[in-house]
Amino acid sequence: MWYFVAPQIVFGEGALSALDELEGRRALIVTDENLVSLGVADRVRSHLDRAGIESVIFDEVEPDPGVETVRRGSLVALQFEPDWIIGVGGGSPMDAAKAIWILYERPDLDPAEISPFVTLGLRKKARLITIPTTSGTGSEVTWATVLTDPDEQRKMAVGSRECLADMAIVDPVLTAGMPADLTADTGLDALTHAVESYTCAWHTDLTDGLAVHAIRLILEYLPRAVANGADMEARERLHNAATCAGLSFGNTMAALAHAMGHTLGVVFHVPHGRAVSMFLPYTIEFTANKSPRRYAELAALLGCTGEEGRVGAQALVRRIRGLCREIGAPTCLGDAGIERDGFEAKLEKLVDDAANDTSIVATVRVPSYGELERLFICAYEGVPVDF
Amino acid sequence: MSIPFPSDEWIQDLSRQLHESASYGRSAKDWEGDFVFVVEPDGAYPNTAYLYLELHHGRSPGAAQIASPEDRTAEFMMSAPYSTWRRVIEGKIDPIQAMMTRQLKVDGNMMKIMRYPKAAKEIVDCCACIPTDFAS
Repeated sequence: MWYFVAPQIVFGEGALSALDELEGRRALIVTDENLVSLGVADRVRSHLDRAGIESVIFDEVEPDPGVETVRRGSLVALQFEPDWIIGVGGGSPMDAAKAIWILYERPDLDPAEISPFVTLGLRKKARLITIPTTSGTGSEVTWATVLTDPDEQRKMAVGSRECLADMAIVDPVLTAGMPADLTADTGLDALTHAVESYTCAWHTDLTDGLAVHAIRLILEYLPRAVANGADMEARERLHNAATCAGLSFGNTMAALAHAMGHTLGVVFHVPHGRAVSMFLPYTIEFTANKSPRRYAELAALLGCTGEEGRVGAQALVRRIRGLCREIGAPTCLGDAGIERDGFEAKLEKLVDDAANDTSIVATVRVPSYGELERLFICAYEGVPVDF
Repeated sequence: MSIPFPSDEWIQDLSRQLHESASYGRSAKDWEGDFVFVVEPDGAYPNTAYLYLELHHGRSPGAAQIASPEDRTAEFMMSAPYSTWRRVIEGKIDPIQAMMTRQLKVDGNMMKIMRYPKAAKEIVDCCACIPTDFAS
């Protein structure tokens, strides 16, 4: 028994105009200062104006938003009393919007109590719209929310199927101005979502196709979008790919690369997509050393190889590393600018936090502490995983 | 020799394995919170059984089958029909997915459990290592 959930999705060029038809009185736009300065928040606002909806912007969302930020946002919501919460941005503003919405609906809750195991009773006050401005996070169609606990320097995934947006607006025009490095990082995040969704222990028949198609699109269009940000065909296909990947992993689970990437991101402030994608080839090698079938199957579906077993899985690893090199993304932690001394000083924390990251639950081959430490070292040095 | 489930002997064997597991000890080094597992009757098992498991800072100092959940104070209570427990112990369903679909009902702060997924995996792995004799 399992579920497949998805919001209504409006996609393609001009999808933002769906806001013109929105019914309601007030909307709280949750975003960040950068998107306000780029005029994106105002574009959303102008559509809401056409719908006759009064709006307020909360632009205090930082990268890897913390609990205090979403508490502040919920206080703004409680004062303004919106009937729509609209998350506009990358994963951080959309995740913050979800959490602000929940705390607006349920001010009695501690964010750490938001879980799929309890009934939250949302949608009494407002509904949620998500509008991604990057092509990677998939947060527009997932119910999970990643918040950072600043005291423990650790990310915590909270959420419930009730936290799914009512509508996701996937308009590629909003990604047109993304710089090449952000395009690369977020595209690799989507790739990691799709690969881990297809290969995790929770994969399903309903999500496999979405994952494979997302990977195909990313392999074809990410290099084009990085090379030429004005290539709107590539932008649109990549934006759709990220949403497909989100629909897939949002209904299964991420896995070991995310567990390792989450902790690296918090400790060394590496962008999320770059962090998880650096680990992906190493975690594939590790898992495939015992359970190669799904990776080889995926490699065959992508046309990388006809080989089975570890040989097939290695073809997938080579294809992913090739993509990273083609778009100038680092393939090991050392190349990502992390100093050896700092890495070694934090290795025990990296191992402990990765071991107890939520993404570990659907990992097919759960590493022991010793194996996890060796995996981090392989990923630092850029050497193959042979254990 | 196989150990019947549910029984005092079975929960004590799980407790012993966890107590001796270095990996569980590290993954649950800060954990505080005891469990009562409630085995509910179904077509394969006619009774209700309560298994108490003490867990503290990566160790399991004790365990027992108890007559009623009021016999011990526990922070968490997990309930499921016998056949669901069997599928969890045999590794046929993932316990986290079982909790998310409410096949395995939890009374207690689930997010506290979700902060220790490695420890949860270690517990399930230890369950799978017990040579269990199921009623049917």
